[in-house]
Amino acid sequence: MPGTHVRLATDEPLLLDCGVALGPVTVAYRTYGALNADRSNAILVCHALTGDQFVAEPHPVTGKPGWWDLLVGPGKVLDTDRYHVVCANVLGGCMGTTGPMDINPETGEPYGLDFPVITISDMVQVQALLLDHLGIDQLFCVIGGSMGGMQVLEWAARFPERVFAAVPIAAAARHSSQNIAFNEVGRQAIMADPDWCQGEYLRHGKVPTRGLAVARMAAHITYLSDSALHRKFGRRLQGRDALSFGFDADFQVESYLRHQGITFVERFDANSYLYITRAMDYFDIAAEHGGALSKAFADTPVRFCLFSFTSDWLFPTVESRAVVKALNAAAANVSFVEVKTDKGHDAFLLDEPEFATTLRGFLDGAGKHRGLGEG
Amino acid sequence: MTAGTAGARARAIRRDLQIIADMIEPGSRVLDIGCGDGELLYHLVNFKDVDARGIELSQDGVNACVVRGLSVIQGDADTDLEDYPPGAFDYAVLSQTLQATRAPRDLLGQLLRIATRVVVSFTNFGQMGTRWRLVWEGRMPVIGGPAERWYDTANIHLCTIRDFQELCQDLEVVVERAVSLDRGGRVSAIGKIGPFANLRSRQGIFLLRREDSAAP
Repeated sequence: MPGTHVRLATDEPLLLDCGVALGPVTVAYRTYGALNADRSNAILVCHALTGDQFVAEPHPVTGKPGWWDLLVGPGKVLDTDRYHVVCANVLGGCMGTTGPMDINPETGEPYGLDFPVITISDMVQVQALLLDHLGIDQLFCVIGGSMGGMQVLEWAARFPERVFAAVPIAAAARHSSQNIAFNEVGRQAIMADPDWCQGEYLRHGKVPTRGLAVARMAAHITYLSDSALHRKFGRRLQGRDALSFGFDADFQVESYLRHQGITFVERFDANSYLYITRAMDYFDIAAEHGGALSKAFADTPVRFCLFSFTSDWLFPTVESRAVVKALNAAAANVSFVEVKTDKGHDAFLLDEPEFATTLRGFLDGAGKHRGLGEG
Repeated sequence: MTAGTAGARARAIRRDLQIIADMIEPGSRVLDIGCGDGELLYHLVNFKDVDARGIELSQDGVNACVVRGLSVIQGDADTDLEDYPPGAFDYAVLSQTLQATRAPRDLLGQLLRIATRVVVSFTNFGQMGTRWRLVWEGRMPVIGGPAERWYDTANIHLCTIRDFQELCQDLEVVVERAVSLDRGGRVSAIGKIGPFANLRSRQGIFLLRREDSAAP
């Protein structure tokens, strides 16, 4: 896999939330833009469930533009002429960071289900080790959408002194029952595929492509909205003039989802999908702080800016508002913007001018306070 | 623009906002409730080095504030202030917002809980013009401009300077300063209300303090 790799936790293994000690851990990451002399301009981008470290460059597997190419680059909102942008593949991932695809040193075989169950907090711990390695004491900003936003909140709660500004986008402080339910559907689809082989498919030279594709198809629906789907596809037929009276992909929306499923399996590992969705399910910051979310952010020095999208039903505005409420109770410095859009949860990855301008405004304002000069 | 440098020249802001800004100590913590597009907050941040936050009902207003680098959330003054801990701010500012709230008295109580001092500005319905409109024209006074009608105005709790002073007495708050702004933009101190102050003043601007909080 291209990009930069580093082996961390070599002297002392990483103690995971599940109680297992894991180490050393390989972290695959990318950086864009130069770190300034006083190391104060670093932005950590946290990727979502199926994202990776290739934020602003063509993806090595699919050849498609980086997943946040719209926002990250020279002169863009996350201006790489001005900021040092870092993004690492999460722990448990399948793009170079240690995960269930890797060889278990104890058996000499791929981990499969022997890989320990990981949490969002474990992912953040690994990112903190990476920053130690890069010599970055304090981030100017940590930013991310969806599961990336969960990591942002975890960063702010766990390492407030290492974060100047935090931007959780379309996120929540805990995974909702509905979202756990959707994740479970995806996992069951994978595990129901005979090629999954109880998680040992790599040993048997197989890949549970059908199960993983179905998981992706189901999840993809939750990233969009009813009106966005209708606008894009309506009830239009795919490559035919009349209904087939069979189970081909008659409708464009079916064909689109099948395509999403098929292309996804080329770049993603089924066991990684199990582990990472589990990490999201387990996420509940308040539970780690005696049930009170505001305690997680007591006396926080971090400047927050939260974003939500009106048509997002996976991480609806009410979730962001709950975080804002808790931050107010902690008298934290917080901004909150709800962006009007019909593009659903995926809006944070798309061209949303209102989102881009307000985010730029927040970063400029925070940059002024951090002494980063003009944008 | 760079904060705090000689190059930063204070742009003229609305007269009533300037009076409010003058009541606020530099470097203090300020919450502006109903901050609109952030005109006052922007001034306070850039020229008084204030740690400023805002709450605004309209999402367009919030977005405009965040674009300017201000810390503002979308929220409702009537319901969202209870989230804040006691004494979280040095000043809470309620500028031309009181009359649009559902429970102004409860709101003032909340403001005095979360901030040491509270600045309130409001349109004085005791002014000559509104009395004239009601008494001689027989029509309800409105303050939102000629297009505003009684049935679509956001201003639902209207008061005069005398009414507001009475509320301050009821709430047992100390009025540290009270000024009025007349039609011509002239400012005068409001003392014991004379018969003419309530008639002349277009706006009242009050600086309040809880009785139990320490005097300066």
